[in-house]
Amino acid sequence: MLSEVAGKLRAAGLPVTLDRLAAYGEALDAVGVGHAYWVGRLTLCGSPEDIARYDAAFAGAKSAARGPAWQVRRLPERSLFRATMPPSAAAGDQDPALAVRATDAEVLRHRDIATLSADERAEAAALLAQVAAADITRPGHRHRPAGHGDVDRRRSVRAMLRAGGEPRPLRRQARAPRPRRLVLLVDVSGSMSPYADALLRLAHAFTRHRPRWTETYTLGTRLTRLTPALRIRDVETALREAGRLIPDWRGGTRLADGVAAFVRRDGHRGVARRAAVVVFSDGWESADPARLGATVAHLHRLAARTIWVSPHAGRPGFAPTAGGLAAVLPHVDALVAGHTVAALHAVLEEVRRA
Amino acid sequence: MPDFESPAALAAGLADAGYLADEGLAMAGFLALRLHRPIFLEGDAGVGKTAFAAALAETAGVELIRLQCYEGLDASHALYDWDFARQVLHLRAVETAAHGTLSAADLEADLYDRRFLLARPLLQAVERAPCVLLVDEVDRADDEFEAYLLEVLADAAVTVPELGRITAAVPPIVVVTSNRTREVHDALKRRCLYHWVGHPTPQRETAILRRRLPGLDERLAAQVAAATAHLRTLDLVKPPGVAEAIDWAAALGALSADALTTELADATLGVVLKVREDIALATGVIGAQ
Repeated sequence: MLSEVAGKLRAAGLPVTLDRLAAYGEALDAVGVGHAYWVGRLTLCGSPEDIARYDAAFAGAKSAARGPAWQVRRLPERSLFRATMPPSAAAGDQDPALAVRATDAEVLRHRDIATLSADERAEAAALLAQVAAADITRPGHRHRPAGHGDVDRRRSVRAMLRAGGEPRPLRRQARAPRPRRLVLLVDVSGSMSPYADALLRLAHAFTRHRPRWTETYTLGTRLTRLTPALRIRDVETALREAGRLIPDWRGGTRLADGVAAFVRRDGHRGVARRAAVVVFSDGWESADPARLGATVAHLHRLAARTIWVSPHAGRPGFAPTAGGLAAVLPHVDALVAGHTVAALHAVLEEVRRA
Repeated sequence: MPDFESPAALAAGLADAGYLADEGLAMAGFLALRLHRPIFLEGDAGVGKTAFAAALAETAGVELIRLQCYEGLDASHALYDWDFARQVLHLRAVETAAHGTLSAADLEADLYDRRFLLARPLLQAVERAPCVLLVDEVDRADDEFEAYLLEVLADAAVTVPELGRITAAVPPIVVVTSNRTREVHDALKRRCLYHWVGHPTPQRETAILRRRLPGLDERLAAQVAAATAHLRTLDLVKPPGVAEAIDWAAALGALSADALTTELADATLGVVLKVREDIALATGVIGAQ
């Protein structure tokens, strides 16, 4: 009977492991099968999502005649992202064109990503992956031995102890750096679509490099958390999976709603605290700019550093007049251009100043 | 420790201690006592996760040992630490009293004695069991810290390299709480009974308010519960928990109010809502619905 239940719950997506199942059986013995619902919920679930799946599976078990109540709605696979060609497989790199290619890379760094061809795009993605390899840290709570700094009482006493209680030179300690969380909010509405592909590749590179310390969300008409999809190793698979998750690709913009949803759901709870938050958006807000301003102000109070990246900021003659951008400007630490690889590198510099 | 024969009996015991547990929570507490498994409670701030541990300790008639987690919490704050100052003093004292008669090995063994070990909450819980160990807001600690917890949760034991393994005679009742600011590792959750603590229904909240504030008028309690439930449906940054509802009812009691009017609600909103935008959103809403 247990294995039957386990099979049903596994099919519903619950992580029913053997030890959990053992606890379930033990608990059933203790309270009787009359309480099977609560016993299963307490022993077999591990998160609110699990509880939802469990409830659905349990309801299905009661009225099996109606068929499974819970099933995954599979969306058709859409290819939203341009597939990259591997950067022409560097065969026999002894040719004189090498020097030319080096300057090409330098030129590429300063070209607007929106104007690149597919090949150039792939090279730009490789350059962006290098950007993401940088360390982003903050001073931690713990200490580590250091040459100078505060007196490390514990290690000093321990050294004394080793010397039979005789005074020894003082040991010193300094704050050990900890990784700083990086939160990327990427606008995927229509006006940002020439950049979204490159930005999501950058997000993937950051996630690959520091999976526990990078959170990625997309903003459009709603907020979507992409972090789990971007944790997939292979970039193309990850982006395909991300495309499946984003319901509002190249749609309209309700920036204020998206940012507000992030602040309320995750940011206020802790994701934004002490983090460097980078918003990639041109600031085109179709609803109320004042509300966007207030929301970003709230975000700014939570985060260690709030950086707004607008691809238009790097264009000649740019002035922050787009309704949303003007409202946001007083509440961000920096407004940075994000239209070239070099400009995205500058974003990283801003992040590290947090 | 009293033995409860059913979840309902435990719920009655908890009610005597001033905590009204719903069916799931009572079942979790009952199974924790019966199977000696830790309870892992998740839920929004202020829904009564910490209070549950305190009530459970009172009901079971045992001591509550609390470990508040924070970032950077390490073994010397959570498990044990050696009292270095006393060790040095001891060393000097032995040296002057008996120079030469004690061998270095004896002296060394003498130094790492139990009396120089400072017990921190996890070791205290293992040594003083039966007791309730509350590991509060485990999501605030670094995830490396969860590894320290595993031995205590699974085996009710703490290993001190210099002394050996210290095992509890009776496993302590462990309550781990999390506000879900980050996902706690599955290795920890697997060893626990998992329960999501939701906001109570208005009826239950009324009962909770009446129980916590004995002088409170029943009609006012129901109004506060209904108003709090209504606030939770608004799009607030921080929806009020039970703790805030209790504070609110207490504040209204202090004002000797007999009904929750819109003016009174607006004047006392600062007790329930702590974010300026939330207060702006909720002003004029209560009593008008």
